[in-house]
Amino acid sequence: MAKKITAPLTAETVKDLRAGDSVLISGTIYTGRDLAHKRLTDSLKAGEKLPFDLAGAVIYYVGPSPAKPGKVIGSAGPTTSYRMDAYSPLLMEKGLRGMIGKGNRTQPVLDAMKQHGAVYFAAVGGAAALIARTIKEAKVIAYEDLGPEAVRELKVEDFPAIVINDMYGGDLYEQGVAKYKKD
Amino acid sequence: MKEIQFDTIRDKVAQTCIEANCLLGDDVVQAFKDGLKVEESPAGKDILNQLLDNEQIARKEMMPICQDTGWAVVWLKVGSGVRVQGGELYDAIQQGVAKGYKDGYLRKSIVEDPLRRKNTGTNTPAIIYTDIVPGDVLEITVQPKGGGSENMSEVKMLSASDGAEGIQKFVVDRVARSKANPCPPVIVGVGIGGTFEKCAMLAKHSLLRKIGSTHPDPFYAAMEKELLDRVNKLGIGPQGLGGRVTALAVFIEAFPCHIATMPCAVNINCHAARHQSITL
Repeated sequence: MAKKITAPLTAETVKDLRAGDSVLISGTIYTGRDLAHKRLTDSLKAGEKLPFDLAGAVIYYVGPSPAKPGKVIGSAGPTTSYRMDAYSPLLMEKGLRGMIGKGNRTQPVLDAMKQHGAVYFAAVGGAAALIARTIKEAKVIAYEDLGPEAVRELKVEDFPAIVINDMYGGDLYEQGVAKYKKD
Repeated sequence: MKEIQFDTIRDKVAQTCIEANCLLGDDVVQAFKDGLKVEESPAGKDILNQLLDNEQIARKEMMPICQDTGWAVVWLKVGSGVRVQGGELYDAIQQGVAKGYKDGYLRKSIVEDPLRRKNTGTNTPAIIYTDIVPGDVLEITVQPKGGGSENMSEVKMLSASDGAEGIQKFVVDRVARSKANPCPPVIVGVGIGGTFEKCAMLAKHSLLRKIGSTHPDPFYAAMEKELLDRVNKLGIGPQGLGGRVTALAVFIEAFPCHIATMPCAVNINCHAARHQSITL
């Protein structure tokens, strides 16, 4: 049974989540991938204001395909997360509480999640047309020149994801693979 | 001599880019269904079912299966008796890719320089590989290749003394290190032999094979089977959440080799194994 949660995330919500939990996310999330992460962290380091409030925010690592006429968004599945690892700890330090992507994170990210109380979700990579149905509104709010990499504000309803890493060190990838590995 | 119009090539390439990205091959869909029969992990089964649902939505709405609509890798077989009227063949391919990615609402994922990273806005240039063949037919294959699985690919220069086991260890290890990143269940393309760059192209080309097809050489057919079995014992499973179905297929292409070398390339494809061919 999936847990229904609301984004932005509260500290309490993050505390309740464990690796392996299925969740349905509703509320507001922001898109960001490689180049957007670089700009966001450059802005933070320069003391500039970010295009959205990081407090409790969830960033979805996605560069959607263009919306067809009459549609909110095109296909919108997750991109591989480790490319954001160089930037994520600073964003968590400044309030980021959730990340949605796919694939394994590195230790500094896992450490920052424990330290700042954040959670890493996976969406199903390549289920991009299916996931798009849960995105009800989308608008570019920053870095429009980056095209697919621009930052978008998304309103989502029951966006399906699974908790990979919780704030207690739980790691669903490790647990899952250990269960099925054969020597 | 057969004359083919520039505009015909451009428009057919555009259409092929759109169809390749929105319509997954029957062989891949069948592989998901076959995977459901052997997958033991509940999460893994759930993911395979979602991929089947996703394929249906993409087909019905002509939406991309994946938002990463890839590099447009284009393989040409140009009959020596073919002549293009009204322009150059490569221009027709490049313009066709740009048109297809625009008209089909496909994502433009190409930056014009690897370090300065400004998007070209057209998804061009396409990567074009050309074979000149006898006859008067032009065959065009479009293979949209996603970046996430490309990142998990590698070339290694092995020695002859490493033998078949050396090759197998490298391939299995490459998939093991990829973990959840390349969107498993994957298709593993393996190139063996040739030069450094040739074996990478062999690996990429092998990904055009139909899942379920058997290698014509029994030696490599047996190696493909053994490799698939070893890869699926890794336990990575659909999306890396643990399970039996880590790969849907392993494809090998081998080529003559220098006496001093034994290069091997592994090119990983995500489960959205997209390619489509047309003949003009």
